[in-house]
Amino acid sequence: MGLVIQSLPYLLLGAVQTLKITLVAVSLGCILGLVAGMGRLSRRRLTSFLATCYVDFFRGTPLLVQIFIVYYGFPQLLDEGQKFLMASLGMPQLLQTTHIPVFVAATLATSLNSGAYVAEIFRAGIQSIERGQVEAARSLGMTEGQTMRYIVLPQAFKRVIPPLGNEFIAMLKDTSLLSVIGYVELTRQGQLISGATFKPLQIYFGVALIYLIMTFTISRLVDYLERRLKTGDLDRS
Amino acid sequence: MTLIEVKDLHKSFGSLEVLRGINCNIDEKEVVVVIGPSGSGKSTFLRCLNLLEVPTRGEVIIDGTSLTDSRTNINAVRQEVGMVFQRFNLFPHKTVLENITLAPIKVRHLPETEAEKLARELLARVGLSDKAGAYPEQLSGGQQQRVAIARALAMRPKIMLFDEPTSALDPEMVGEVLAVMKDLARDGMTMVVVTHEMGFAREVGDRVLFMDEGLILEEGTPAQLFNNCQNPRTRAFLSKIL
Repeated sequence: MGLVIQSLPYLLLGAVQTLKITLVAVSLGCILGLVAGMGRLSRRRLTSFLATCYVDFFRGTPLLVQIFIVYYGFPQLLDEGQKFLMASLGMPQLLQTTHIPVFVAATLATSLNSGAYVAEIFRAGIQSIERGQVEAARSLGMTEGQTMRYIVLPQAFKRVIPPLGNEFIAMLKDTSLLSVIGYVELTRQGQLISGATFKPLQIYFGVALIYLIMTFTISRLVDYLERRLKTGDLDRS
Repeated sequence: MTLIEVKDLHKSFGSLEVLRGINCNIDEKEVVVVIGPSGSGKSTFLRCLNLLEVPTRGEVIIDGTSLTDSRTNINAVRQEVGMVFQRFNLFPHKTVLENITLAPIKVRHLPETEAEKLARELLARVGLSDKAGAYPEQLSGGQQQRVAIARALAMRPKIMLFDEPTSALDPEMVGEVLAVMKDLARDGMTMVVVTHEMGFAREVGDRVLFMDEGLILEEGTPAQLFNNCQNPRTRAFLSKIL
């Protein structure tokens, strides 16, 4: 117990990093997800096809593999691409190093992953709005875009808060995978301390406890938000 | 002056042919009531008049503009054609006042103060001045439908379409909605009303259309249709509901 308390400042430092990367991932994921979610609903075949490919790929493959592709694969792609351009077009060398910083790779992989899940959340949220709402708006002369912006999305946003909260919690736990590329978040910090102290049981229990406190707090927060936003939204069958 | 022209209107949903050649002209200030058994295509016909349903064949011309012409800006036409739905379809995340002012501000680009003034006038007209700040879920069905009428009127439309406006209401609330519609008709609004309220048809309608199986089988003044109909199917329908 004393050991956990001793290493607490370091673990909390890791927890801050965990929260930070989760926040960044889900925020960027929301932007990507809104675009991809609306893309999936688009009447344009190509748009909906591309959006579906994106969603299927990132939901259908492990996040760990996605992290490896971004962190180890992209530098190779950049390197070989640059060599090809230099050889075939005589372009000067633009990149001195094709190494991708850990934080950048972590952000990229988790945001792309989160975006795919959020896309499905938004798609479901938009589709859950009754057709009559769209018809009423269109019958008043609103364009498709205005209907989305003033009528559908504001109502959909309220409905997606609980699933978005779940996505945030899932991502918070999944960021532990970033420890494998050396991103120092909570799990990685635990590994380092446990490696130095040879007390994995206590340390990893401490790590688990901190995750639990974070996820529990967030789920209560989401509950509270959900209740507060209930006003003015009546579920009609 | 003819405000609505419908020529040979067909509408199919897959293999189901709902409208099978509707022809009909509606004049300015005319109140046309559409009656008929359920599944006869009344609502689909009405929804073709503002292109909520896209006709499979035929033409709908509103105030000289053909809706089926691909060059037509349908949003511009819809500003002139208000619609009231069976299920009200008020925006639940907006107050009564916001429900009414939204389209005038965003579509007609009316200044906010002016839109609000207009909304309050309309609320007074439908007898709901005290509900401006309420949310739709706090209102009764009859009140919601009256707000929906005010919302449509706020666009200052030339035509109002009513799609079974009292069918989702408790019986004691039907009267208040019909009263607002009568008031509108007296004011000279051009109205097309799909309804089962025969009292309303008789009292307010200039013309009654009887539809069955996707066709207008008979039409005439309320007196002609209700007292002296010619078509046996009209007679069968009326005998069931009168």
